[in-house]
Amino acid sequence: MAMDLKEIESLIKEAMPDATIEIQDLAGDGNHYSATVTSSQFSGKSKIEQHKMVYNSLKGRMGNELHALAIKTKEN
Amino acid sequence: MDQQTNELIKNEIENNEVCLFMKGTPDAPQCGFSMAVSNILKMLEINFKGVNVLENQNLREGIKAYSDWPTIPQLYVNNEFIGGCDIIKEMYENGELIKLLESKNINFKKKK
Repeated sequence: MAMDLKEIESLIKEAMPDATIEIQDLAGDGNHYSATVTSSQFSGKSKIEQHKMVYNSLKGRMGNELHALAIKTKEN
Repeated sequence: MDQQTNELIKNEIENNEVCLFMKGTPDAPQCGFSMAVSNILKMLEINFKGVNVLENQNLREGIKAYSDWPTIPQLYVNNEFIGGCDIIKEMYENGELIKLLESKNINFKKKK
């Protein structure tokens, strides 16, 4: 099970069109990524809500096809 | 989620001020993310309960539904879901975790 970096990016982008997204493949195995997502949509939301927005944009892949995605969210 | 699993989760978070659902145990974590959170709690000398989700498949899936959070580890303090690995690490680094512990009257080792 693995997921392409571009696929992760496009799913987040689809849910949050204004977002700036930086993704790194941490281990080079298509399974361990880190993503920094910057979006105005995070404003006024708790960290938990912000991370949930990113998880939700991945439509259930998190924890399944996608084993590990470290998330950092920023407001702009 | 079945009733039994729901009860099990409720019991753990209601009876333990600080409760970490993790893969493995605090002494033998089975995943780097679980280890990271467990180590932060250990460094702060917090008395916490580590619940090993690998021992119970129902629990492993149940806790994700309970908190509507797709990953493990998950930290609960005084019955409240605080976050997963990324959030706890960030909160530890920016001092928010300390503030949260203080506001909830949790004992921890203060830096000299």
